[in-house]
Parts: sequence; structure tokens; C-alpha cells
Amino acid sequence: MNDGHDEFLDALESGDGYYLECTDGHGSLPPRVVCPHCGDRDLTETALPDTGSIDSYTVVHVPTPAFADEAPYVTAVADFGPVRLTGRVLADEESVEIGDEVSASVGGADESRSVVFEPR
Amino acid sequence: MIDPRVAGVGLTHFGSHPARTSRDLFAEAGLAALDDAGVDPADVEGVFYGNFMGEIAEHQGHQGPLMAEAIGVDAPATRYESACASSGAALRQAVQNVRNGEADVLVVGGAERMTNLDTAETTEALAIAADDLYEVRAGLTFPGAYALMAAAYFDEYGGEREDLAEIAVKNHANAVGNEHAQFQREITVEDALDAPMVADPLGLYDACPITDGASAAVLVSESYADEHDLDAGVAVTGTGQGGDKMALHDRDALAHTPAASDAADEAFADAGIGTEDVDVAEVHDCFTIAEVLALEGMGFFDAGEGIRAAAEGVTTRDGDLPVNLSGGLKAKGHPVGATGVSQLAELTKLLRGDHHNSEHVSDARVGVAHNAGGTVASATVHVLEIQE
Ligand SMILES: [Zn+2]
Repeated sequence: MNDGHDEFLDALESGDGYYLECTDGHGSLPPRVVCPHCGDRDLTETALPDTGSIDSYTVVHVPTPAFADEAPYVTAVADFGPVRLTGRVLADEESVEIGDEVSASVGGADESRSVVFEPR
Repeated sequence: MIDPRVAGVGLTHFGSHPARTSRDLFAEAGLAALDDAGVDPADVEGVFYGNFMGEIAEHQGHQGPLMAEAIGVDAPATRYESACASSGAALRQAVQNVRNGEADVLVVGGAERMTNLDTAETTEALAIAADDLYEVRAGLTFPGAYALMAAAYFDEYGGEREDLAEIAVKNHANAVGNEHAQFQREITVEDALDAPMVADPLGLYDACPITDGASAAVLVSESYADEHDLDAGVAVTGTGQGGDKMALHDRDALAHTPAASDAADEAFADAGIGTEDVDVAEVHDCFTIAEVLALEGMGFFDAGEGIRAAAEGVTTRDGDLPVNLSGGLKAKGHPVGATGVSQLAELTKLLRGDHHNSEHVSDARVGVAHNAGGTVASATVHVLEIQE
């Protein structure tokens, strides 16, 4: 159990993803009480844009034990405007390109739940 | 403010020593440093020790006192942890302590035991240097994180796997003759390009190996060196440290390492030097792309220009700026907590003239060490100068 992170994944899983927005418009991920970009303590949960674009990706061939059955798999950083997310891309490695549009959801179960991206 | 002198340095062989404990490794390096310095262990006032994953690798926390004991020193000892920059951070604290007059004689160093774990276990252990909730759980590994940086670099500035291979070839060539190095053999560009993928675009030869080893150095005040007639002509004249957001996705850009820029700016200003004054550098090439990011981050090359430095011979041992004459993390090996002080040891020997590659930098007077933690959320830079 990880307060803040669990609720973030619950919301993302049910299609109501959000990020934390400061009064200057910077985005970050919970749990946080301070904007990591400017120090603002006034953070509000703001709807995550439906579509992000892949900033960079890698095909992981040598995984940690938790992903032993998944490799090779694609992990990417995707830009959702005010906030970026890291997640596995649920697509064939050959088909992924920088700039591809993706939506964010949740993969895995229980303690291994994490952000995943699906091509749009 | 008087700069501390490097009175002595010591290293174990870096390589696969799965049955050796970190206390055993550090004892070898620490005693070698004390012997090299000619300093009585009874004079040592503190031990500043770097280690990253001791709890995971050998179920051992609280390693500071254990390491002081291992080298016969009865003095306060503290472990510093900043992932792969652990002993760079320890070094910085020791430098500041000698400078501000708190101590005249300190031992600084680090150790890591890694090869007693299998590859999957080591991959998991190294991954904890990243953000667990938002990076590791999403499948990101340590090589994977640097692969994201490499792919972003290629996308922004261009560059190919062949350019990275040239860096591996250079560093392997530099390690030939280094008795402490894990790989004392040359490789070719083809070897690197043909190696299995670890995390695309990084292959096995873009990655540093998994390594056991330890490093140590004895830092003394100028007055102590004079009183004891020590042969300690190399001084640490600049120290700097930078930090950044932990997760790559919280940074402004994936292909830049501003923590290294901040550390270098601080260290160079501290020493009163510029990039043009630097004769030789040891930089944190945990992956080939990391050497590029380090050199650009510290200002030796403009962004996008560092990728060709090895291929064009600028950073080879007879180039204008020889980089990683030790073999770097790539060929010398990367016992995580030992790496920062091992760079200090290599540079000290290069400046003193008793390094296996000294002949290539016989006039060198200024050396720079760059040590990075995680995906460079931590970085330290130190400047060493000959000061007879
Ligand atoms: Zn803000």
C-alpha cells in the first residue's frame, strides 16, 4: 500500500486519470505536498489529458525479476503536456516510434500495478 | 582555505570476486592507500566511505565502522550513499572537512560487492537508484533509463550506435595495462555492434560490467604533509555537487544532465580553472552515452557535439582531451560505491606519473573527475592539480 500512488492508479484505471497541478501550471505525480518545479504548496488534482506523445522509448531485453516473463518489452516516457509519465507500451516493439500518440492506463495487479501506454 | 593533498591511493583488482566480502575488499584498498601515503593509521581522524547496495548484496548495513575496523583505524566512520556517486559524495565531504580545519588526516573510499548476485538480482538492485513507484514498477531498468536518454539524444541531435561503439573501443584500449581493470583487452567496433541488446539502443558493450572492488585514498592537510615530509604533490583544488529531479520524466530534457553542469561550474570556479585548462578527465561512463552526456554537461563540448569526440580522436589517449585513461567504468569496471574514489586514484597516478597511461599525458597538471548517481540526479565533480 502506498497512499497517493494507489489512488492515482485507481483513478487512471477507471478512466479518470489526474496529475497534481500547481498555481503556475506545473504538473507532477502524487504523493506530493510541494510542486517539485517551483515549490508551490497549492496543488490541485487536474484531469490528465487523454492523449500523450512518446518522448523516448527503449526495448528492454534484460529485465528485473518482476518482468522476467515480459521481455523484450517497450518502456517509454510520454509527454501529456504539463506532466510526463513513464510506462510500458502495450504494442509490438517494431511498431513504436518517438512522437507516437498514446493513452495512459494501468497494467499489472496488486503491488505490481503500474502505468501502461496504449497506442491511439 | 588550504586545499587537501592526496597523500596516497589504493585499489583492489576490479572484477569478479563473488566470495570476497566488502570488508575484505576495502581492507586491501585502504591498506594500500595508507602504505602509499606513508601515513600512520593512528593519525587518521575519520573514514568517509561510499557504498550503494550492501543491504541487498550481503545483508550488511552500517558499513562505516566495519570499514574503519577493517583497515585498523579507530576513528568515526560514516557511509555515504548517492547511488553510483556514493564515493564521490564521500570524497566531497572529506575535502570540505580538511579544508575547514576539522581534520588533518582522513581516509576516503568505497566498496561494492555485486557478482555474488545473479544478473536478474543485480538488475533489480541497481534499479533501486531510480524512482520505485513511477519508474521501476513501469519496467524501467538502469540500462533502460540510459537507453531512454540515448534514444532522446539520437532523436534530438543525431548520432548512431557506431558512435557509441567508438567510445567503448577507446575505453577498452585504455584499460590494456591497467592491472586493476576488469577487461584488459581491446575490442572492435564490430564486437560492440554485434553484442546482444540490453536495452535498445544500448548493447552489452555499451554497458559497464558488474564488478566487485574497492578504492581508497588518504587526504591530508598541507600542514600535515609538510610536518611529516610526505610526497603529496597532488591537491584537490575544486569540488562541486549538483542535483536533479529523481525521475527522468520530471526533468526538462532527457538528453541533458544539468546536475553535472552545476557540479562542474561549482568545481571549476572553486579551482579557478576553465575547461581549456583541463589536461585529462575521468568521467562516469556507466554506459557509452553517459560519457557523451558528461562531457557535454561539463562544458567540454556543445550539446550534440560530444557524440563524435571518441570517433574523431579528441578524447583518445593521444587526443586533445584524453578521457578515461583508466579504461573508464566500461572496461575498468564499476563496483558502484567504489567508483568515485577510484577516479581520484587514477587521476592522482596520472598526475604523479606512475599510471600505466602516464606517457600519454606526461605534461598533465590538471585533472577532472566526474561521478554520477542514478540517471544523474546526483553528480559530483572534483578538480585535481599538481601543486609542488
Ligand atoms: Zn510549480
